[in-house]
Amino acid sequence: MSELKFIEGYPEYMYKLIEIVHETRSARLKEKPRFMTLEEREEVLKIHPDYAPGGKREIRIGPNKGDVAPNEVVDLLEAYPLINPNEIDLNNVDYEPDILIIGGGLAGTTAALWANDNGIPAENILLVTKLRHGDSNSVMAQGGTQAADRPDDSPIIHFIDTMGGGHFANKPDVVRALVEDAPSIIKWLVELGAMFDRDENGYFLELSGGGASRRRMHAAGDYTGLEEMRVVRDEFRNRGIPCLEFNPAIELLTDNDGKVVGAVLWNMETREYKIVKAKATILATGGFGRLHIRGFPTTNHYGATCDGVVLAYRAGAKLRDMDTVQYHPTGAAYPQQIIGLLLTEKLRTAGAQVVNVDGEAFVNPLEPRDVEASAIIRECYIRNKGITTPTGIRGVWLDIPMIDLVRGEGSIKKLFPGMVRMYNRFGINITKNPVLVFPTLHYQNGGVETDPYGQTNVKGLFVAGEVSGGVHGKNRLMGNSTLDCLVFGRRAGITAANYVKSGVKIGKLTLNHVEKYVKELENTGIKTSRRSPILLPDYRGKAVLARMIDVF
Amino acid sequence: MEKTLEEKTSERFLDIMERIKESNKSVTTGIDEKEIKHWVTIYIMGKAYKVPADLTLMQAMEFAGYRFIRGAGCRAGFCGACATIYRKKGEYKLRTALACQTRVEDGMYLVQIPFAPAEKPVYNLDKEGGGLDVVFKHFPEVARCVSCNTCTKACPQTLEVMDCIQAILRGDFKFAAENSFDCIQCGLCSIRCPAEIIHYHLFQMVRRIHGKFGVPPEPNLEKRIKEIEEGKFNEEFEKLLKLSPEELKEIYRKREIKLD
Repeated sequence: MSELKFIEGYPEYMYKLIEIVHETRSARLKEKPRFMTLEEREEVLKIHPDYAPGGKREIRIGPNKGDVAPNEVVDLLEAYPLINPNEIDLNNVDYEPDILIIGGGLAGTTAALWANDNGIPAENILLVTKLRHGDSNSVMAQGGTQAADRPDDSPIIHFIDTMGGGHFANKPDVVRALVEDAPSIIKWLVELGAMFDRDENGYFLELSGGGASRRRMHAAGDYTGLEEMRVVRDEFRNRGIPCLEFNPAIELLTDNDGKVVGAVLWNMETREYKIVKAKATILATGGFGRLHIRGFPTTNHYGATCDGVVLAYRAGAKLRDMDTVQYHPTGAAYPQQIIGLLLTEKLRTAGAQVVNVDGEAFVNPLEPRDVEASAIIRECYIRNKGITTPTGIRGVWLDIPMIDLVRGEGSIKKLFPGMVRMYNRFGINITKNPVLVFPTLHYQNGGVETDPYGQTNVKGLFVAGEVSGGVHGKNRLMGNSTLDCLVFGRRAGITAANYVKSGVKIGKLTLNHVEKYVKELENTGIKTSRRSPILLPDYRGKAVLARMIDVF
Repeated sequence: MEKTLEEKTSERFLDIMERIKESNKSVTTGIDEKEIKHWVTIYIMGKAYKVPADLTLMQAMEFAGYRFIRGAGCRAGFCGACATIYRKKGEYKLRTALACQTRVEDGMYLVQIPFAPAEKPVYNLDKEGGGLDVVFKHFPEVARCVSCNTCTKACPQTLEVMDCIQAILRGDFKFAAENSFDCIQCGLCSIRCPAEIIHYHLFQMVRRIHGKFGVPPEPNLEKRIKEIEEGKFNEEFEKLLKLSPEELKEIYRKREIKLD
C-alpha cells in the first residue's frame, strides 16, 4: 500500500474536505441552527446507543432484579467475587479508622476534608485508592463547574435545567441540594486557593453548557477538574490524612446487622489482601467508561471500571438509572492515537459549530448531550454526511477556528490550552483547522441510589460522585459532575462524621453478604467464569495473550 | 412474513451499532496484528519489540504485552502518571514525554518514570500567610537555581519552568501561578534539576497562595450565598418539589434561555 500524503496533520483527502468548512464558515456565523422541539428530540434519540436495540438486558439477581442495564454492567453484576470468603482471615484487622473512604478522586478527597472539619481526627480517616491519589475522571474534567451565582440566574433555574437534562427522572430533593450548595462550594475552593478564570473586573468568566439556560460554568482554562483536584489533594496532604495508593477495595465488609463496616483491600503490587474495619464507609469510586459499553471508545481514565457499583450491590445497596449511559457528543475521532478522548463541551459554548461533510451546521451545538450525540450519529450513519478516516471511523467536523471569529483572535489559545497542546502533539493546529469528532462513552448517569445527604439504603454505606445515582436522572448536564463530587463529597463527609459521632457499634466482621450473593447466583443458574470487580481493563495485544503462560 | 417498518428500523439501528463497535475495536480491545499494515521497532528498556506504527508509546507497550498498574492514569495527558524518558536512533539527546501523548517512532528506546520521589512540605496558609518568606521556609532549595533551563527542556507540557522559578525568586507569584498553571505534576523537571528543586510541589503552593490572597472576593458569589443562607429560594423550592414530572416539563418547556 502506498503511504498517505499528509497536509497539516491530515491525509490529503481529508484536508481537501476541510476547505468546505473554511468556505462555509462566514455564512454559518450568521445563521445558527435552532434548538429542537421536545418532539424532535424524542425522534432523534431513537438512534442514541441507549435506545438503539441490543445494548441492554435484565438484571437477574440482587436488589434491582428485573431492571435493565447495559450488558457490560449486567456482566459484572452477574459475576463471581475475586475472593473466596472462607479463605479471608477477618480476625486480623490491619486498619481501624472511623471512616474509610474508597476512591481518591475529587469526591473522596473532598469527603475526607469535610469529615475532618466535622470532628473526625485526620488519623482516624483512611482514604484508599486503586491507582495514584487523584488518578480519576475528576482531573480530566475540562469544561467547568456549574453554580448559579450571576444576577440573572438562580438555584431555581439551575434546578429546572438539571431536571430537564435528566429527563425529569432525577430525585428532586437531591438536585435541590446540588444547586443550593453550588455557590458555597465554589467559595470553599477559592478560599483553598483554586484559580478560576476571571474577567478584568474580577468577576468569574462564566460560559454556558449544553442544556443550561444561563451562563454558570466556572472554569480554569480547560484544566478545571485538574485544578480542583490538585488543590483539594494538596490540602488533604497538608492535614496528614492517611492514604493508601494502589490498594483497591475488592469487597465490602458487613457485620451481623448487615451494616457496612469496612472493606477488604488488595495491594495490586504485592498482591496481598488487607482488612479495614471502619464505622462508616464512603464509596467514591467513580464510573464505568473503561467497560467500553457497546464498543465505544471512552474519555475515562484507566481505572473507571464500575468497581464501586459491584461492591455495593453485593452488600445490598439499591441502584437507580443504571439503564442510561452518557456518550459525550464530541470525542476525538482522528488521529488514531487519541480516539475517544474528550473535546470539552466548552468548545461549543464558546462558539464552535458541529458541521457535516457539506459544511452544514446540522444541529445546534448546545443541545443536551444525549440529543447532540444522537444527531451526530444520525448524520454519520443515517444521512451519510460524515467524514471517514483512513482506519474506517466516521465523524463530523467540530469547527474550532470559529471561536476566534466569535470571541476574538487568541481566544482558543487562552480558553483551551490543553486542547491546543494535545492536537499540536499530533501535528494539528486547532486554531486554524477543524477537528473530527464522534460520540464517546463519557459518564455513568446512574449508580448507587443516594439521598440528599449521601446516604444509601445500607447502613454505614455512603456515596458521592459518579458512583452514585439520583442526582443526574437519565442524563447529566455539563458542569454538574465536578459539582456533584464537591457537593456530595462534602455532604457524605459530614453525614458520615455525624454517623460516627452518634456512636456506632460494630458487630463481628463478616463476608456474609458475599456468600449470600454467590448462593443467589448459583440458585438463579448463572454459570460463568466471569469474576468482578475487574479493577483494570486489558489492552494487551491479541498475539501476546494467545501465548501467555502464568508462572508468577 | 413481511417485516414491519419498526422491525426494519430496529435491525438497521442494531447494524449501525455493530459498525460503530467494529470501527473502534483498535482502541477498545487488544489489537489483532493481522489488521496492521505499518510497523516500527521500539526498544522497551532495551528489548526490541515490533509494534504498529500509529500507536502511542502507552498503546505500543500494551500491544507488546505490558499490562500497566503504574505508569497509566488518565491516558489523555492530564495526570502525569506516564512520564517517560527516551532517546531516538542516532541521537545523543535525552528526551522526555508522556507515554499516552507521544506517537512511537522507529528505533526509539525508552523507559517509564512513573514515580518521582519528593517530599511535599506541610503548610497551613490560613496561619502562615502567603509571603515570600513562607515559600522560602518550605522550599529553601529554590534559591539554588542556577538558571540552566534543564527543567524547561524536560517539561512535556512545554511550560517555561525556569522562568516560573525565577519569578518566585523575585516574589512575582502571579507570573509563576499563571505560567505554571498547566503543570500536570509528572515530576520530570524535578528529576532532571541539578539544584534538586521540587518544582511541581513548589508551584502548587504558589498557585494556592495566588488563588487565595492574590484575587479579590467575587461580589456575585458572596451575594448569592447570602441569599441562599437567608432562605430566599425556600418557598419556590417547596413548591417545585411537589410538582409532577409533567408539570415540571411544562415549566422547562417555557423557560427563558439567556446565554448572552
